[in-house]
Amino acid sequence: MGLSSYLTVAGILFAIGVAGIFLNRKNVIIILMSIELMLLSVNINFVAFSMFLGDLVGQVFAFMVLTVAAAEAAIGLAILVTFFRNRGDIAVTSANTMRN
Amino acid sequence: MQALIVLLPLFGAMLAMPIGRTGGPRAAEATTTVLVAIAALLSWITFISVGFGDGEKTIVLFDWINSGDLKASWSVRVDALSATMMIVVTTVSSLVHLYSIGYMHEDPSRPRFFAYLSLFTFAMLALVTSDNLLQLFFGWEGVGVASYLLIGFWHHKKSANDAAIKAFIVNRVGDVGLGLGIMACFFVFKSVEYDVILETIRNDGFVQPYGALAAVHISELSISFLGRTVPALEIIGILLFIGAMGKSAQFLLHTWLPDAMEGPTPVSALIHAATMVTAGVVLVCRMSDLYAVTPGASAMITVVGLATALFAATVGLVQTDIKRVIAYSTASQLGYMFFAAGVGAYGAAMFHLTTHAAFKALLFLGAGAVIHFNHHEQDMRGLGGLRTQMPVTFLAMLLGTLAITGVGIPLLHPGGVPVGFAGFVSKDVMLEEAFLGIEAGKSFAYAAFWGGLAAAVLTGFYSWRLIFLTFTGEWRAPAEVRRHPHSVPTTMLAPLAPLALGAVVAGMALYKPFVSAEGAPKFWDGAIHIASEAHGDSHSAEHVATASHADSHAAAGHDDHHATEDKAHAEDDHGGHHVPNWVLIAPLIAGSIGLIAAIFQYTGANPLKPGFLREGGIVYEFLKNRWYIDDLYRMLFQEPARRLGQLFWKQGDEGTIDGGGPNGIASILNLGAQRTVGIQTGFVFHYAFAMLLGVIILLFVLRV
Repeated sequence: MGLSSYLTVAGILFAIGVAGIFLNRKNVIIILMSIELMLLSVNINFVAFSMFLGDLVGQVFAFMVLTVAAAEAAIGLAILVTFFRNRGDIAVTSANTMRN
Repeated sequence: MQALIVLLPLFGAMLAMPIGRTGGPRAAEATTTVLVAIAALLSWITFISVGFGDGEKTIVLFDWINSGDLKASWSVRVDALSATMMIVVTTVSSLVHLYSIGYMHEDPSRPRFFAYLSLFTFAMLALVTSDNLLQLFFGWEGVGVASYLLIGFWHHKKSANDAAIKAFIVNRVGDVGLGLGIMACFFVFKSVEYDVILETIRNDGFVQPYGALAAVHISELSISFLGRTVPALEIIGILLFIGAMGKSAQFLLHTWLPDAMEGPTPVSALIHAATMVTAGVVLVCRMSDLYAVTPGASAMITVVGLATALFAATVGLVQTDIKRVIAYSTASQLGYMFFAAGVGAYGAAMFHLTTHAAFKALLFLGAGAVIHFNHHEQDMRGLGGLRTQMPVTFLAMLLGTLAITGVGIPLLHPGGVPVGFAGFVSKDVMLEEAFLGIEAGKSFAYAAFWGGLAAAVLTGFYSWRLIFLTFTGEWRAPAEVRRHPHSVPTTMLAPLAPLALGAVVAGMALYKPFVSAEGAPKFWDGAIHIASEAHGDSHSAEHVATASHADSHAAAGHDDHHATEDKAHAEDDHGGHHVPNWVLIAPLIAGSIGLIAAIFQYTGANPLKPGFLREGGIVYEFLKNRWYIDDLYRMLFQEPARRLGQLFWKQGDEGTIDGGGPNGIASILNLGAQRTVGIQTGFVFHYAFAMLLGVIILLFVLRV
């Protein structure tokens, strides 16, 4: 199991996350989940490179990212709740008030 | 003193507005009226002193233009012609000023009106007193501007604005001719001064136009015009006459005159009697030495004058607007003056101009009083029976009508002067001259004589029709007007008195100096050309020979020669009439035929009953629509011009210039912006995708 296998998994996860954001027409929670997925794929990259290079800084950074991801998920869900209260709907296609 | 005559009305025009603002409209009216009245008084003094042989003089006020050969001074030329015009203009103008005080008393902008009236008077005086063609042109255009302002005085009325513009534009057509004529004069004579030009023509002097290699006799000179080689004098005469046609409302350029009735009535009186329309006659008489040697141009004057006299008289038959009837009668009378000038009777033309000024002003001011009395009703079908209501006006207009229709006692010459109203004497003289013109072999004199008689019949009819429809029968005005007619103030009736006097005696009083064989050469004193009876042609040839011998003393020789010649004539036959008696009686008979026809038609129980020409009939409609000349112009000039303008406006300006320029660029930008706006969908994932795309591109760019 070389480095490339880890990087491939991380790449696939990132791609799934990106696709989740763009192809999703349903609801905002899926977008949040996709963002988490992308962050996780980055974490895998960090850890994989840390092991490969024998440098612990990468793993420390992964923890930082996890913390930020948790905070982001909390804030995102809170916004989502308020959004649902205001609009009664969390479908992505209905959130288009920024259109001109 | 003579300079004051010209300048006082100008001062009046300049002072009217400031005085009106500080001292009220009444002060402005008084100032302008008094100034013009003083000018009138001075004019009469000048006229009488000129009549007693004070001789010609020119007061140079200042040098206006002095550039190479082109020299023009601003001057007041005092001779018999300008003195005659001065009394006509200032007298009628001062009476019109006085009349306007009453007529316009309800108008809020009276000072402006009086300023325009004085300006009009000044421009006309500058025209008649000029001693060169350039100052004449100034006056010519000044009269045009003032008439534009006055016709459009009630500028809130669209019809008045249209009429003012029409007057201005039609006059411009004539002015092209006048302008070209003046340029041609300068080209040939290298001068625009009357003295130089007329002296050269009288003596058949040598001229060398610009670009010519050698000097030639003026009568032999040909110039190239519109690619054709034509005799110089003929073309100058024709071009100047085209200018006169425009200003004097002659046939084909007459269309503005009836429409000018949209102005206040005093303006109509001023335009028709004294200023503006007489300018053309003055120009032709001023250049009479030129026309005396140009049979072609003179023939054109005769034909156009005759056509106008007949045309306007026929149209006048069916008009129902009281002012329009008088307007067409003016055009018709101007036609008389022109054909008289065309057959060489310049004195007779000036004579009729003067008498016509008196009775036409009288008729117009009387008509104004009628209109005022009837709450601005101008349609004669709504008038009638006013004889008892306004006896003074009736008497005045009756005298005016007796004058215009030429009522008098023929064949009676106590003291060598015919007896009759002003129009009788002057019209008789013109027709006699036309008859003499037949013998002298003048072109179209035959037509002029018989056409003039026919026009006299028509004149009798439409003039009496106006009187009968307005003053006899029942008063057909609405009950409201009949109960409270608008009383006519004294300021409107007073001016009628001197004019009525003029209409009665002007012909008899001025006959001797203006047209009699003994008096005329002494009075005019070379100011206008006086043909020497039937042998005019051979005589003038002989005269030319003498004059060229005499060289610088030519003018003196000319006058002496005339005087002796005419004395011989006076002894030969008393009064210089070679004409058979029936010619003297014919105009009166012609007028009477018109009168009798009018009595039959308009004095019965129902004066509005359909007559010989039925409404709706071909002839009636033809006349009612003014020979369809206005419609013809609309079709020939107005409509194509409008279409062309529409094309340039829509296709050229809006389509090409705006479309390719500002509007085009704006619409392209707008279209682009609208497309771009479509990108902004409002969907978060689209923005995120764009961001991603951006990052990827950045990565590819920064790869190196």
